[in-house]
Amino acid sequence: MVYNKSMKTKILIMPKEAILDPQGRALKDVLTEAGFDVEDVRIGKVVEIESASPDKIKDIVENYILNPLIEDYQIL
Amino acid sequence: MKIGIAVFPGSNCDYDTYYVVKDILQEDAKLLYYTETDLSDFDVVILPGGFSFGDYLRPGALASKTPLAKAIVDFANKGKYVLGICNGFQILTELRLLPGALLPNENDKFICKRQYLVVGNVSTAFTNKIVKNDIIKLPIAHHDGRFYAPEDVLNEIESNDQVILRYVDECGNISQEANPNGSVNNIAGICNKSGNVAGMMPHPERISEDILDGLDGLKIWHSLIG
Repeated sequence: MVYNKSMKTKILIMPKEAILDPQGRALKDVLTEAGFDVEDVRIGKVVEIESASPDKIKDIVENYILNPLIEDYQIL
Repeated sequence: MKIGIAVFPGSNCDYDTYYVVKDILQEDAKLLYYTETDLSDFDVVILPGGFSFGDYLRPGALASKTPLAKAIVDFANKGKYVLGICNGFQILTELRLLPGALLPNENDKFICKRQYLVVGNVSTAFTNKIVKNDIIKLPIAHHDGRFYAPEDVLNEIESNDQVILRYVDECGNISQEANPNGSVNNIAGICNKSGNVAGMMPHPERISEDILDGLDGLKIWHSLIG
Protein backbone atom coordinates (compact mmCIF):
# COMPACT_ATOMS: atom_id res chain seq x y z
CA MET A 1 0.00 0.00 0.00
CA VAL A 2 1.31 3.43 -0.92
CA TYR A 3 0.89 5.95 1.83
CA ASN A 4 0.80 9.55 0.66
CA LYS A 5 1.87 11.79 3.45
CA SER A 6 0.33 15.26 3.49
CA MET A 7 2.62 18.20 3.30
CA LYS A 8 2.08 21.88 3.95
CA THR A 9 2.77 24.46 1.27
CA LYS A 10 2.77 28.20 1.88
CA ILE A 11 1.86 30.57 -0.92
CA LEU A 12 2.61 34.28 -0.72
CA ILE A 13 0.17 36.53 -2.60
CA MET A 14 1.00 40.21 -3.08
CA PRO A 15 -0.81 43.07 -4.83
CA LYS A 16 0.97 43.85 -8.11
CA GLU A 17 3.57 46.63 -7.93
CA ALA A 18 1.52 48.97 -10.12
CA ILE A 19 -1.50 48.79 -7.84
CA LEU A 20 -2.12 51.15 -4.93
CA ASP A 21 -2.39 49.20 -1.67
CA PRO A 22 -4.37 51.42 0.75
CA GLN A 23 -3.70 49.12 3.74
CA GLY A 24 0.05 49.26 3.12
CA ARG A 25 -0.12 53.03 2.70
CA ALA A 26 -2.02 53.41 6.00
CA LEU A 27 0.59 51.34 7.85
CA LYS A 28 3.43 53.27 6.20
CA ASP A 29 1.85 56.55 7.36
CA VAL A 30 1.61 55.25 10.94
CA LEU A 31 5.23 54.02 10.90
CA THR A 32 6.47 57.31 9.44
CA GLU A 33 4.50 59.22 12.06
CA ALA A 34 6.15 57.06 14.74
CA GLY A 35 9.55 58.16 13.47
CA PHE A 36 10.60 55.09 11.45
CA ASP A 37 12.42 55.54 8.17
CA VAL A 38 10.07 53.53 5.94
CA GLU A 39 9.89 54.05 2.18
CA ASP A 40 7.06 51.70 1.31
CA VAL A 41 4.79 49.10 2.90
CA ARG A 42 2.71 46.57 1.02
CA ILE A 43 0.36 44.08 2.61
CA GLY A 44 -0.35 40.70 1.02
CA LYS A 45 -1.49 37.37 2.35
CA VAL A 46 -0.17 33.89 2.93
CA VAL A 47 -2.23 30.80 2.14
CA GLU A 48 -1.15 27.51 3.71
CA ILE A 49 -2.44 24.37 2.03
CA GLU A 50 -2.05 20.92 3.54
CA SER A 51 -2.40 18.27 0.87
CA ALA A 52 -1.14 14.84 -0.11
CA SER A 53 -0.98 16.06 -3.72
CA PRO A 54 1.50 18.93 -3.65
CA ASP A 55 1.89 18.64 -7.42
CA LYS A 56 -1.59 20.22 -7.69
CA ILE A 57 -0.66 23.37 -5.79
CA LYS A 58 0.20 25.41 -8.91
CA ASP A 59 -3.14 24.47 -10.49
CA ILE A 60 -5.00 25.40 -7.28
CA VAL A 61 -3.24 28.75 -6.95
CA GLU A 62 -3.56 29.82 -10.56
CA ASN A 63 -7.16 28.67 -11.03
CA TYR A 64 -8.75 29.15 -7.61
CA ILE A 65 -6.75 31.57 -5.50
CA LEU A 66 -4.99 34.15 -7.64
CA ASN A 67 -6.43 37.03 -9.66
CA PRO A 68 -3.49 37.52 -12.07
CA LEU A 69 -4.76 40.94 -13.13
CA ILE A 70 -4.05 42.41 -9.69
CA GLU A 71 -1.89 39.89 -7.80
CA ASP A 72 1.46 38.08 -8.06
CA TYR A 73 2.36 34.95 -6.11
CA GLN A 74 5.28 32.85 -5.07
CA ILE A 75 5.39 29.46 -3.42
CA LEU A 76 7.44 29.82 -0.24
CA MET B 1 -39.79 38.07 -18.61
CA LYS B 2 -38.39 35.49 -16.19
CA ILE B 3 -35.71 36.93 -13.96
CA GLY B 4 -33.52 34.85 -11.66
CA ILE B 5 -31.79 36.42 -8.65
CA ALA B 6 -28.66 34.63 -7.46
CA VAL B 7 -28.34 33.78 -3.77
CA PHE B 8 -24.88 33.01 -2.45
CA PRO B 9 -24.10 32.50 1.23
CA GLY B 10 -23.61 36.11 2.34
CA SER B 11 -25.69 37.80 -0.37
CA ASN B 12 -27.75 40.48 1.37
CA CYS B 13 -29.45 42.46 -1.40
CA ASP B 14 -31.07 39.34 -2.86
CA TYR B 15 -34.51 39.91 -1.31
CA ASP B 16 -34.48 43.65 -2.05
CA THR B 17 -33.81 42.82 -5.71
CA TYR B 18 -36.42 40.04 -5.67
CA TYR B 19 -38.96 42.47 -4.18
CA VAL B 20 -38.29 45.14 -6.82
CA VAL B 21 -38.52 42.69 -9.70
CA LYS B 22 -41.64 40.94 -8.41
CA ASP B 23 -43.63 43.65 -6.64
CA ILE B 24 -42.54 46.89 -8.30
CA LEU B 25 -41.83 45.69 -11.84
CA GLN B 26 -44.43 42.89 -11.65
CA GLU B 27 -42.14 40.47 -13.47
CA ASP B 28 -41.71 36.75 -12.87
CA ALA B 29 -38.92 36.50 -10.27
CA LYS B 30 -37.23 33.49 -8.75
CA LEU B 31 -34.36 33.17 -6.29
CA LEU B 32 -31.56 30.92 -7.54
CA TYR B 33 -29.49 29.16 -4.88
CA TYR B 34 -25.77 28.95 -5.60
CA THR B 35 -25.94 25.21 -6.25
CA GLU B 36 -28.42 25.69 -9.13
CA THR B 37 -27.15 24.68 -12.59
CA ASP B 38 -30.25 24.81 -14.83
CA LEU B 39 -30.98 28.34 -16.11
CA SER B 40 -32.87 27.26 -19.22
CA ASP B 41 -36.13 28.91 -18.07
CA PHE B 42 -34.63 32.34 -17.51
CA ASP B 43 -34.23 35.46 -19.66
CA VAL B 44 -32.18 37.44 -17.13
CA VAL B 45 -30.00 36.56 -14.14
CA ILE B 46 -29.14 39.23 -11.57
CA LEU B 47 -26.22 38.82 -9.18
CA PRO B 48 -27.15 40.97 -6.17
CA GLY B 49 -25.08 42.89 -3.66
CA GLY B 50 -23.75 41.59 -0.40
CA PHE B 51 -20.69 39.81 0.89
CA SER B 52 -20.79 36.41 -0.79
CA PHE B 53 -18.72 33.89 1.17
CA GLY B 54 -17.82 36.71 3.57
CA ASP B 55 -15.68 38.40 0.89
CA TYR B 56 -13.06 35.79 1.86
CA LEU B 57 -9.98 35.67 -0.39
CA ARG B 58 -11.30 38.62 -2.46
CA PRO B 59 -14.85 39.95 -2.93
CA GLY B 60 -16.57 37.61 -5.41
CA ALA B 61 -13.65 35.19 -5.67
CA LEU B 62 -15.27 32.19 -4.00
CA ALA B 63 -18.74 32.85 -5.44
CA SER B 64 -17.18 32.74 -8.92
CA LYS B 65 -16.26 29.06 -8.36
CA THR B 66 -19.80 27.87 -7.52
CA PRO B 67 -22.02 25.71 -9.78
CA LEU B 68 -24.40 28.65 -10.31
CA ALA B 69 -21.54 30.94 -11.38
CA LYS B 70 -20.41 28.38 -13.96
CA ALA B 71 -23.99 28.10 -15.25
CA ILE B 72 -24.12 31.92 -15.49
CA VAL B 73 -21.04 31.88 -17.78
CA ASP B 74 -22.81 29.49 -20.19
CA PHE B 75 -26.01 31.56 -19.88
CA ALA B 76 -24.11 34.77 -20.76
CA ASN B 77 -22.29 33.10 -23.62
CA LYS B 78 -25.70 32.26 -25.12
CA GLY B 79 -26.42 36.00 -25.26
CA LYS B 80 -28.82 36.04 -22.29
CA TYR B 81 -28.80 39.08 -19.99
CA VAL B 82 -26.73 39.15 -16.83
CA LEU B 83 -26.57 42.09 -14.41
CA GLY B 84 -24.21 42.25 -11.44
CA ILE B 85 -24.85 44.84 -8.74
CA CYS B 86 -22.03 45.71 -6.31
CA ASN B 87 -20.84 42.28 -5.08
CA GLY B 88 -22.45 40.91 -8.26
CA PHE B 89 -20.17 43.20 -10.32
CA GLN B 90 -17.18 41.89 -8.35
CA ILE B 91 -18.27 38.29 -9.09
CA LEU B 92 -18.60 39.06 -12.83
CA THR B 93 -15.04 40.43 -12.98
CA GLU B 94 -13.74 37.40 -11.06
CA LEU B 95 -15.56 35.24 -13.64
CA ARG B 96 -13.90 37.24 -16.45
CA LEU B 97 -17.34 37.92 -17.93
CA LEU B 98 -16.39 41.57 -17.45
CA PRO B 99 -12.90 43.05 -17.78
CA GLY B 100 -10.94 44.64 -14.94
CA ALA B 101 -11.12 44.15 -11.19
CA LEU B 102 -12.58 45.90 -8.13
CA LEU B 103 -10.00 46.83 -5.51
CA PRO B 104 -10.38 48.27 -2.00
CA ASN B 105 -11.50 51.91 -2.07
CA GLU B 106 -8.60 54.35 -2.27
CA ASN B 107 -9.37 55.64 1.24
CA ASP B 108 -9.75 52.05 2.54
CA LYS B 109 -13.15 52.97 4.04
CA PHE B 110 -16.63 51.60 3.51
CA ILE B 111 -18.54 54.28 1.59
CA CYS B 112 -22.33 54.50 1.92
CA LYS B 113 -24.04 57.48 0.28
CA ARG B 114 -26.08 58.75 -2.63
CA GLN B 115 -23.89 59.34 -5.66
CA TYR B 116 -24.39 61.26 -8.89
CA LEU B 117 -23.61 59.27 -12.04
CA VAL B 118 -23.55 60.08 -15.73
CA VAL B 119 -24.92 57.47 -18.10
CA GLY B 120 -22.53 56.53 -20.91
CA ASN B 121 -23.45 53.88 -23.45
CA VAL B 122 -27.25 53.87 -23.81
CA SER B 123 -27.50 51.12 -26.40
CA THR B 124 -27.24 48.32 -23.82
CA ALA B 125 -30.16 46.31 -22.43
CA PHE B 126 -29.51 47.96 -19.08
CA THR B 127 -29.52 51.60 -20.20
CA ASN B 128 -31.60 51.81 -23.38
CA LYS B 129 -34.47 53.76 -21.76
CA ILE B 130 -32.08 56.46 -20.54
CA VAL B 131 -30.94 59.52 -22.47
CA LYS B 132 -27.19 59.64 -23.11
CA ASN B 133 -25.32 61.86 -20.61
CA ASP B 134 -28.34 61.85 -18.28
CA ILE B 135 -27.27 62.44 -14.68
CA ILE B 136 -28.86 60.05 -12.21
CA LYS B 137 -28.48 59.61 -8.46
CA LEU B 138 -28.13 56.12 -7.00
CA PRO B 139 -26.99 54.76 -3.64
CA ILE B 140 -23.52 53.28 -3.34
CA ALA B 141 -22.42 51.10 -0.41
CA HIS B 142 -19.12 49.31 -0.74
CA HIS B 143 -15.58 48.87 0.54
CA ASP B 144 -14.15 47.37 -2.65
CA GLY B 145 -15.42 49.51 -5.51
CA ARG B 146 -12.22 50.92 -6.99
CA PHE B 147 -12.48 49.82 -10.60
CA TYR B 148 -9.08 48.99 -12.03
CA ALA B 149 -7.91 47.76 -15.40
CA PRO B 150 -4.40 47.83 -16.88
CA GLU B 151 -3.92 50.55 -19.48
CA ASP B 152 -4.39 48.32 -22.54
CA VAL B 153 -7.61 46.80 -21.11
CA LEU B 154 -8.86 50.25 -20.09
CA ASN B 155 -8.23 51.63 -23.59
CA GLU B 156 -10.21 48.73 -25.02
CA ILE B 157 -13.11 49.34 -22.60
CA GLU B 158 -13.21 53.03 -23.58
CA SER B 159 -12.81 52.53 -27.33
CA ASN B 160 -15.58 49.88 -27.34
CA ASP B 161 -17.89 52.29 -25.47
CA GLN B 162 -18.31 49.74 -22.65
CA VAL B 163 -18.70 52.29 -19.84
CA ILE B 164 -22.34 52.61 -18.78
CA LEU B 165 -21.95 54.68 -15.58
CA ARG B 166 -19.33 57.13 -14.30
CA TYR B 167 -19.08 58.95 -10.97
CA VAL B 168 -19.73 62.67 -11.42
CA ASP B 169 -20.65 65.72 -9.38
CA GLU B 170 -24.09 67.33 -9.38
CA CYS B 171 -23.27 69.25 -12.58
CA GLY B 172 -21.99 66.18 -14.38
CA ASN B 173 -18.27 66.91 -14.10
CA ILE B 174 -16.14 63.76 -14.23
CA SER B 175 -13.64 64.97 -11.65
CA GLN B 176 -11.32 63.55 -9.02
CA GLU B 177 -13.45 65.21 -6.32
CA ALA B 178 -16.55 63.41 -7.59
CA ASN B 179 -14.78 60.05 -7.62
CA PRO B 180 -15.66 58.34 -4.32
CA ASN B 181 -13.32 55.37 -4.45
CA GLY B 182 -10.43 56.05 -6.85
CA SER B 183 -11.84 54.13 -9.84
CA VAL B 184 -9.92 54.64 -13.09
CA ASN B 185 -11.70 57.12 -15.39
CA ASN B 186 -14.42 57.44 -12.68
CA ILE B 187 -15.88 54.13 -13.87
CA ALA B 188 -18.89 52.94 -11.84
CA GLY B 189 -20.38 50.45 -14.30
CA ILE B 190 -19.41 48.66 -17.50
CA CYS B 191 -20.79 46.14 -19.94
CA ASN B 192 -19.12 43.43 -21.99
CA LYS B 193 -18.35 43.92 -25.71
CA SER B 194 -21.63 42.41 -26.84
CA GLY B 195 -23.64 44.42 -24.30
CA ASN B 196 -25.55 41.51 -22.71
CA VAL B 197 -23.54 41.44 -19.47
CA ALA B 198 -23.22 44.48 -17.21
CA GLY B 199 -21.92 45.26 -13.76
CA MET B 200 -22.30 48.35 -11.59
CA MET B 201 -21.30 49.34 -8.07
CA PRO B 202 -24.43 51.50 -7.43
CA HIS B 203 -27.65 49.87 -6.17
CA PRO B 204 -30.67 50.62 -8.41
CA GLU B 205 -32.81 48.23 -6.31
CA ARG B 206 -32.47 50.60 -3.33
CA ILE B 207 -34.03 53.57 -5.07
CA SER B 208 -37.01 52.38 -7.07
CA GLU B 209 -39.93 53.65 -4.95
CA ASP B 210 -41.18 57.08 -3.89
CA ILE B 211 -40.95 56.09 -0.23
CA LEU B 212 -37.18 55.72 -0.70
CA ASP B 213 -36.87 59.31 -1.90
CA GLY B 214 -35.98 58.66 -5.50
CA LEU B 215 -36.92 56.68 -8.58
CA ASP B 216 -33.71 56.72 -10.60
CA GLY B 217 -33.23 52.99 -10.09
CA LEU B 218 -36.30 52.44 -12.27
CA LYS B 219 -34.41 53.87 -15.25
CA ILE B 220 -32.15 50.83 -15.15
CA TRP B 221 -35.00 48.37 -14.45
CA HIS B 222 -37.28 49.75 -17.16
CA SER B 223 -34.43 49.46 -19.65
CA LEU B 224 -33.91 45.84 -18.65
CA ILE B 225 -37.52 44.70 -18.82
CA GLY B 226 -38.09 46.60 -22.07
